[in-house]
Amino acid sequence: MKMNGARILLECLKLEGVDTVFGYPGGTVINLYDEIFSFKDIRHILPRHEQAGVHAADGYARATGKVGVAIATSGPGATNTITGIATAYMDSIPMVIITGQVPTGLIGNDAFQEADIIGITRPCTKHNFLVKDVNDLATIVKKAFYIARTGRPGPVLIDLPKDVQIATAEFKYPDSVDIRGYKPTVGGHPKQVEKAVSLLLEAKKPVIYVGGGVILGNAADELTKLALLLNAPVTTTLMGLGSFPEENPLSLGLLGMHGTYYANMAVSNCDLLIAVGARFDDRVTGKIASFAPHAQIIHIDVDPTSIKKNVRVDLPIVGDVKDVLKQMLKVLSGQAEKAAAFHKGIVPWLQEIEAWKAKHPMTYKGSASVIKPQLVIQKLRELSKPDAIVSTDVGQHQMWTAQFFKFSRPRTLLSSGGLGTMGFGLPAAMGAQAAFPKRQVIVVCGDGGFQMNMQELATLVQNRLPVKICILNNNFLGMVRQWQELFFDKRYSQTCMELPIDFIKLADAFGAKGFRATKPEEVEEVIKKGFAAPGPVIMEFKVAREEKVLPMVPAGASLTEMVLAS
Amino acid sequence: MKHTISVLVENEFGVLSRVVGLFSGRGFNIDSLSVAPTNDEKMSRMTIVTRGDEQILEQICKQLNKLIDVIKVIDFNEGNAIDREMALIKVTAEDGNRAEVLRIVDIFRAKIIDVTTKSYTIEATGAPHKIDAILELLRPLGLKELVRTGAVAIGRGAKGWKG
Repeated sequence: MKMNGARILLECLKLEGVDTVFGYPGGTVINLYDEIFSFKDIRHILPRHEQAGVHAADGYARATGKVGVAIATSGPGATNTITGIATAYMDSIPMVIITGQVPTGLIGNDAFQEADIIGITRPCTKHNFLVKDVNDLATIVKKAFYIARTGRPGPVLIDLPKDVQIATAEFKYPDSVDIRGYKPTVGGHPKQVEKAVSLLLEAKKPVIYVGGGVILGNAADELTKLALLLNAPVTTTLMGLGSFPEENPLSLGLLGMHGTYYANMAVSNCDLLIAVGARFDDRVTGKIASFAPHAQIIHIDVDPTSIKKNVRVDLPIVGDVKDVLKQMLKVLSGQAEKAAAFHKGIVPWLQEIEAWKAKHPMTYKGSASVIKPQLVIQKLRELSKPDAIVSTDVGQHQMWTAQFFKFSRPRTLLSSGGLGTMGFGLPAAMGAQAAFPKRQVIVVCGDGGFQMNMQELATLVQNRLPVKICILNNNFLGMVRQWQELFFDKRYSQTCMELPIDFIKLADAFGAKGFRATKPEEVEEVIKKGFAAPGPVIMEFKVAREEKVLPMVPAGASLTEMVLAS
Repeated sequence: MKHTISVLVENEFGVLSRVVGLFSGRGFNIDSLSVAPTNDEKMSRMTIVTRGDEQILEQICKQLNKLIDVIKVIDFNEGNAIDREMALIKVTAEDGNRAEVLRIVDIFRAKIIDVTTKSYTIEATGAPHKIDAILELLRPLGLKELVRTGAVAIGRGAKGWKG
């Protein structure tokens, strides 16, 4: 059937299984929006800023595992998407972003609202496409979704000029994609897998180090199975939280800069480190030269460029983590005798770890007079539903959430790990809530990050998205303040948010509800009220202003050089 | 360590900037780069001469392979490839040194492609070290202008890149 480019795009999205898009209209997408007006199969949500629209599509993708879709107009609309795209790129989130572009004849003429968005997004997308001919549109959309979701996932941008939206073509959606330069590896090399298993079974002090790849690759079950079968300790990165239940005694929690004492000690003393879908980020390794100094390293990753980028690797396995873990489990199942010996062999190691746990558990100093932010996180865990989705912003509250919430299911923590984008939390929660209207969706943010995208309260109220927003308010840009306290002689340059904002009145102005706690005994009540109220809610907690995130490994130091909570 | 890499890419809009952007964004060096279409009109071939230790070269090849438009990356080792470069060289050639320039051109089997009473323009082709050598000899005579193509390389033996 012949149809215009705008309609072809929508039909393609529908066939890709897209049910929700986040978009903002404008001059060069007005034709697309005219088609959206009468296209009933896709829900369109209007954020109040394009950046938030992209974060929402990102949150939708993180929570569901599906490809998130965002739309923006050309020029300023497109440039506003950049932070959102870069955030998704750093965390390997599958997304398709569609931007309008000036008509093909005007490209390069500095036309009104023209920006070279293909050039601008080249380094922060997995790939991008400029559609010059309506006859190529369906194939390009098919390729875009395929590239976004396969291999190491990532955002793909399609730049769609206005005249291509208007031009008509026969619509036929291709059944398959063949890109000769793009053939992602799936299964791991069988020999490498066998070698990995024998290295593993020879180890006396193994640690499994899990990254976001396990969540992205839907491999949490296989990972948990492997850890339980081996009875081996598991530590996760921020992005890996939720891939292994933290209530399990084998869990060491978070490692790295704000990781647990015992996770960092375990990694620093292990004789075998098996990295699964993790990329040895500098926030994880600390000083590279003293990272896991006694360990042989096995690295499983779908992206060959992650391997040997930062650290030496003794045994690389390129492949989809789910497939590779399955292969390993299969090989292991044939080696019952060796596995039994392994179980006996690692008992002293587990005891050593228990001793570290007893010596410095993850804890904080409570207070009867002032709300400790960690208390709020613990109460949130206690009072929220087991399948609640928690989105965070970036900073101290993010680390406290990672340390104290105790995640036990994949895709329940949405956080900007790689780029560390303030302003991410609220719109990402919005996307998750749009995907799961019935689930509890909580944002934990600071007063700083909340103000970066607080306009989205309007989107929440308008679309009846009952997101519960917890603001840990210390009137500081807390993480930078902490660094200034520790490393810059308490010179709090521009980190004090001096204006006291009335967040309760703000909620009211948008038609949401607001509750405030100023004393520790009010925390529980405010959370209960907030959770019970229908619709979006702000819960503001006036927390200890100069509380620090601890333990902390100073930037560039070894993991064993931790500043611990006194 | 110098290294020559051939990159076969889709002959599409923006591919060159993807490759160049990768090098600049990740702090890799480009000593020279040459690019043109191949016998398959949908494919272009780039020859990139770069520097770095083993780990950096491994990253360069992996990162290039990761680009969607890159079809194949060939990392040439010493001895398994032939590389050639062309240079156009304008030298001062007046009374005293006109004969000397001609002798050098002759020794290097180069060609004079433009002549004036004051200058010769030379076309020289060869392995990059041969171009370096002729330049070294011509420089004292008065080198006015120099254009080099950068190396192109092809594997030795009967097999094409597809094997």
